[in-house]
Amino acid sequence: MDANVKRSYPNAIGYTRSDYQGLPTTLCKGCGHNSISNMIVSACYELELQPEKIVKFSGIGCSSKSTAYFLERSFGFNGLHGRMPSLAEGALFADLSLKGIGISGDGDTANIGLSQFKHIARRNLPMVYIVENNGVYGLTKGQFSATAEKGLKLKRQGENPYLPVDIALEAIAANASFVARSFASDPKQVKELIKAALSHDGTAILDIISPCVTFNNQDYSLHSYSWGKGHEAPLHEVEFVPPREEITVDDFERGTIKEVTMHDGSLIVFKKLEREYDPTNRTEAIRMLEEAIRRNWLITGLIYVDPNAPTIFDMYSLGDEPLNRLSAEKLRPDHNALEMINMSFS
Amino acid sequence: MKINEFGIAFSTINGSGSATANNTIQRAIFKMGIPVSARNIFPSNIQGMPTWYHLRVSQKEYYGRLEKEDILIAMNPETVAEDIKKLNPNGILLINSSISPPGSRNDISIVKMPVNEILEACASPSNLGIYLANMVYVGILSFLIGIDLDQVEKALEYHFNHRRSAVDPNFNVVKQAFQWAQENLNQDYGYKLEALDLNKGRIMIDGNTAGAIGALFGGLQYAAWYPITPATGLAEALNEYIPRLRTDPSTGSSTCVVVQAEDELAAIGMVVGAGWAGLRSMTSTSGPGLCLMAEYLGLAYFAEVPVVIWDVQRVGPSTGLPTHTSQGDLAFSYFISHGDKDFVILLPSDVGECFEFGWKALDIAEKLQTPVLVLSDLELGMNIWSTDRFKYPDKKIDRGKILWEKDLERMAKEGNKVWGRYKDLDGDGIPYRTVPGNLNAGSAYFTRGTGHDDYAHYSEEHQDWENNLLRLKRKVESAKELIPQPLIVKDQKSENGFISYGTSNMPALEAVDKLSEESLPVDYLRIKAIPFTQSVEDFLQNHQNTYVIEANRDGQMKNLLCMNFPQYANRIHSIARCDGLSLSAEWVCNQFKAQAGKGA
Repeated sequence: MDANVKRSYPNAIGYTRSDYQGLPTTLCKGCGHNSISNMIVSACYELELQPEKIVKFSGIGCSSKSTAYFLERSFGFNGLHGRMPSLAEGALFADLSLKGIGISGDGDTANIGLSQFKHIARRNLPMVYIVENNGVYGLTKGQFSATAEKGLKLKRQGENPYLPVDIALEAIAANASFVARSFASDPKQVKELIKAALSHDGTAILDIISPCVTFNNQDYSLHSYSWGKGHEAPLHEVEFVPPREEITVDDFERGTIKEVTMHDGSLIVFKKLEREYDPTNRTEAIRMLEEAIRRNWLITGLIYVDPNAPTIFDMYSLGDEPLNRLSAEKLRPDHNALEMINMSFS
Repeated sequence: MKINEFGIAFSTINGSGSATANNTIQRAIFKMGIPVSARNIFPSNIQGMPTWYHLRVSQKEYYGRLEKEDILIAMNPETVAEDIKKLNPNGILLINSSISPPGSRNDISIVKMPVNEILEACASPSNLGIYLANMVYVGILSFLIGIDLDQVEKALEYHFNHRRSAVDPNFNVVKQAFQWAQENLNQDYGYKLEALDLNKGRIMIDGNTAGAIGALFGGLQYAAWYPITPATGLAEALNEYIPRLRTDPSTGSSTCVVVQAEDELAAIGMVVGAGWAGLRSMTSTSGPGLCLMAEYLGLAYFAEVPVVIWDVQRVGPSTGLPTHTSQGDLAFSYFISHGDKDFVILLPSDVGECFEFGWKALDIAEKLQTPVLVLSDLELGMNIWSTDRFKYPDKKIDRGKILWEKDLERMAKEGNKVWGRYKDLDGDGIPYRTVPGNLNAGSAYFTRGTGHDDYAHYSEEHQDWENNLLRLKRKVESAKELIPQPLIVKDQKSENGFISYGTSNMPALEAVDKLSEESLPVDYLRIKAIPFTQSVEDFLQNHQNTYVIEANRDGQMKNLLCMNFPQYANRIHSIARCDGLSLSAEWVCNQFKAQAGKGA
């Protein structure tokens, strides 16, 4: 069914699309972040997730503000600059049935937050981690971030003398189990990737080029709409298929599709475009990212996925009842236990 | 003859296994029913540098540090010339016979210990040689001052967890050395232990372990930490005791998570996230780590997230003296974070209080929805102390004002109270909170470090900001009722008073007694927590002069008291120093006399 037809009707669990919306955005008109917020709303609505089961996290910056502009019925925590991952690493232990969505920016992730970004990737905390990447600091009015390309000229900053940090490459180097790149003006792909990310049992990192219309949208800028349109090189066409839906591969020519089965039984279906690409091959992913840098391609799609990588939750033996609902009685050892402690130290 | 009231210094090289020997002596004396304490003075190094162990026996139950000692065990040739200066007249030098004793003192007795000969006679496994050397002084000292060999064996059994293969070679050396002493040392050296019964119902434990066990009895659910001396042992003890205390033996599932973070910035972020989501959460660190936690602590204060932070203090600023003790983080803890704020600070002064505040801190944090800092120090955290057996918490776990689905439904039905995350419904400044996982459609709210109104909506309205901050200030009054109250330790209606806290309680207690014996009565109040309560003010009001005793350079507690009670500022004086050692009663007494004399 066409999503546009569906949207005004309640989904299977009785929520309309507006139940997933947030407050009106205060970001600039045309900001790529707004389009990403919209796709988060659509993805959650179409996946029939209960808004109360989602927890939003963000750091500091324009992108991080956007967590207020979707999923108003979900809990949210707008934390400190570059330190959203640690918040999530604490909070999501409270109830393992919750889904985390973290929103960060290129400054928040690749400058001040590089350490926490890489550590959440290696711990593989199940959550979606979206970087709304525009190469520039917006709230402080136009300074270079670590993802800005060398030679970029900005009004009050002159020319950027440093080579950029590639967020997808950093994520893979840190052993991330799900790494995608997309472009805010390709909403369909953004939405499919968000759905896939929400189904991933591990940290799902989405590096989404999301142009800043106010400070970094010059045609020559690698984070502009026009550059992106001219250089986007999708690795494949991505379609997300929820666990209970029949796979209809009619759209695809046989032999040109590849599937990856996610932990929850859903499928990610990849349609081959110009070249063969296997998103489960880590070596190939790194090679492709290197090639993209050399050739000035904005490669998009699911760059790497390992649906079965162990998560941080697998490292602990936690019961079925959410930790934050355990009664006080279950949290305090009994008199006997203290007696044993006293004995062992006397 | 000195009986049950003297000090022994052990001078060794770190990495040589002397800790086993030293702890064995401490435990054996403890088992003889004699009050005993010990401080390990060690370098920030793994192997090859000098290290000292200062043991004090005191039937008067004084646990403070001594300036000079009566017996020196010298195993380190490099330091013996200096070490010997800190022996009291008529002291004993027990020196490894391979080291030539300095000739600088003729007022002490010297015993040369034939360490190698005794070891050879034992035919011990050669791979244990270096470690067993220390057992020689255990045996000789045991003979010299009368440590019960049965208790030495029991202490070794405790140390080696009853593994005979470890106990036997060690105890064999002890016996051999004891026998050598019996045959060769026939004069009276003047120091003796006599068994007492003063340790009944007492245990021996370090402050870090005690704090960790306390937290586990306090229902701790989430801890994140980063390795740092001297706090590391606290988190490691959590890992050690979770299987025993917080794991269901039938299912194997546990109710407490410990994460080793990538740094302290992340450790505090993790516990703030966990605390926000309704888990009892805690981190443990030392000064440099606390510096990194400052920003998140400000957020936790402002966003009203309960968390507990243990600061096991070492000497700062900067990397400072990582393996030496101080009380230098008090002022920083008080003022941590930019902007207006108030932090609740607990100040345990012994291992019993490490356990007690370990569980209480979690209750206080959740009831107030605010960070609680517990300031321990290296002295307390990393040394083994005796204390009364831990008492089971006398209050049930109190999760504070958390609303679940049924609570929100009830409120909606009753209709007289409309919930807002930051709305003061009870007039105590403490709002009600919901946590993620609550499925009530009205439960979610957006938490932020930016301005917000009663309903957690973003606000830059000046009145909202001010109202919120004034409400937060009202929590301080609520805090005063929840925190451990100050203790009037001595009340002799003197015009002079002492105030102290934390480990400086040990020298303060002893100094008060010493001064009384010299007909210089001093009253004494011990502060156990901040904010300051009325009884602190009363104490200041009731004394012409109050001296604040603490181990930092600037007299940080004194300064906080002057700031909070400016009307008494000219009557509050400082007895403080920071050299990496805890204070001694002798030094405190001298300082008091010098200052009081000047004032008179």
